[in-house]
Amino acid sequence: MSSPNLIEARGLSAGYGGESILSGLDFSLRPGQTLALVGANGSGKTTLLKAIAGLLPPLAGELQVLGAAPLGSPSRVAYLGQFHPSGFALPLRVAEIVRMGRFSAHGLFGKLKKEDDEAVREAIAELGLADIADMPLNALSGGQRQRVFIAQALARRAELLLLDEPEANLDGTARATTRRLFDEAVSRGASAVIATHDIEAAAACDYTMLLARRLVAYGASAEVLRTEALLDTFGLVGRAEGDKLVVLGREHGHDCHE
Amino acid sequence: MIDFLLGPFIRNEFMARALAGGLLVSLSCAVVGTFVVLRGLAFIGDALSHGVLPGVAVALLFGLPGMVGAAAGSLAMILGIGYVTRRSSLSSDTAIGLLFVGMLALGVVIVSRSRSFSGDLVRILFGEVLGISWADVAGQAGAALAVSAVAAVCRRPFLLLCFSPEQADVSGFPAKRYHSIMLLMIALTVVVSFKTVGTLLVFGLLIAPAASAALFARKVGSMMLLALAFGATSVYLGLLASYRLNTAGGASIALAATLIFFALLESKRILARRRA
Repeated sequence: MSSPNLIEARGLSAGYGGESILSGLDFSLRPGQTLALVGANGSGKTTLLKAIAGLLPPLAGELQVLGAAPLGSPSRVAYLGQFHPSGFALPLRVAEIVRMGRFSAHGLFGKLKKEDDEAVREAIAELGLADIADMPLNALSGGQRQRVFIAQALARRAELLLLDEPEANLDGTARATTRRLFDEAVSRGASAVIATHDIEAAAACDYTMLLARRLVAYGASAEVLRTEALLDTFGLVGRAEGDKLVVLGREHGHDCHE
Repeated sequence: MIDFLLGPFIRNEFMARALAGGLLVSLSCAVVGTFVVLRGLAFIGDALSHGVLPGVAVALLFGLPGMVGAAAGSLAMILGIGYVTRRSSLSSDTAIGLLFVGMLALGVVIVSRSRSFSGDLVRILFGEVLGISWADVAGQAGAALAVSAVAAVCRRPFLLLCFSPEQADVSGFPAKRYHSIMLLMIALTVVVSFKTVGTLLVFGLLIAPAASAALFARKVGSMMLLALAFGATSVYLGLLASYRLNTAGGASIALAATLIFFALLESKRILARRRA
């Protein structure tokens, strides 16, 4: 299987401990394209993202990332996970954590160079972290920490960004900044796969995959993000109108408060 | 006063050997203990320090070097934990607990066959810091050098592993491989240090100085240096107390390390209250 695609999946099954959560997935992503993985909690978004990142081996089918098995080119892929369980007790400053994003380019012995320092400085500045660059991670709020983790991912200057709920814990301003930075990375030729609950964020991507422990729909975002498919994905579809939620569709068994 | 503080180490070669050996144990424990504390591996560190017991006991029964038995015991412990976690859905905590109790019990059962049961057990658990030879000190120096060299080479993957094992994986440093290297470093430290401070007390030097350092350190490197300073102070104070008060050497060292932690914890709390 050899193609110009950054990601190429054929009959892919992904899951944990031999138990498949998603199966029979066929999809691809070309350089400069973006793909949103959309679904409710437990729908398989993170599972698929971890499989692409190489953190979960495929249970069946084929998966190539950057023309090789996942994890084949660590310096060309950036992964932003949802949890950093052990990071908070570390005696590390913000700048040091962002700098860790450059390790993949140099392995065990390679010396970090001027361009690495520049990438770190740029990511810190872009995420508005310059004032807290010398603060320890455990002194930061959840939103500040998320900005540090995003800066670490961006500092890699990777060709493929794998982002799991990148806007978690962010306020409106930080969310807008983050979206702009991801857009800029894509306009420079990077590709992105973004796991999100946010339909608006998904609509901004070239392609969307709707997941509900199975593939509900996959295609151009404008075609996929329709009420029927979203209803199949989430069980409930609504729209905010002022301070009210107007329900556009509801599957049997789903309750809501309007 | 100077004679009171330094005399025992100048006048008695066994005290000088104990100090040299203890300081080298502090160095290994500072390097390894920093990662043990940062990664929350205290339980496995504790289990490993007990896991060597049956190995040492078997070695003693057959007249083999204790260190060979300790190495075999550590290896059996690491492989056993891996076996339980791979073959069941149990957490590694449970696997460590199972092996910990099993190996400790096996060690005591084996030692109980010996005629000098209590003497052997006390020697294995609490060490014989005042009875170590210059050859033991040289072995300790080799281990300290090896552990420091591995930590220097693996500083990037170890840092990533402390931050997030997933980030280590996606950065091209397989988390499982570097976790195993870290376990081997803990095992090496325990194996080499057990003769000096004993299997039970090496754990004290592994955890207490690094935990004390974590209260103040602003960087991982400075945490290691502080842990070394606190560990070395514990060794000196413990040996001095042992000489002057006629107490057990290894236990005095571990007690000093623990008391230093609580003194620093309380000082930090008082300082923070004064600042506020």
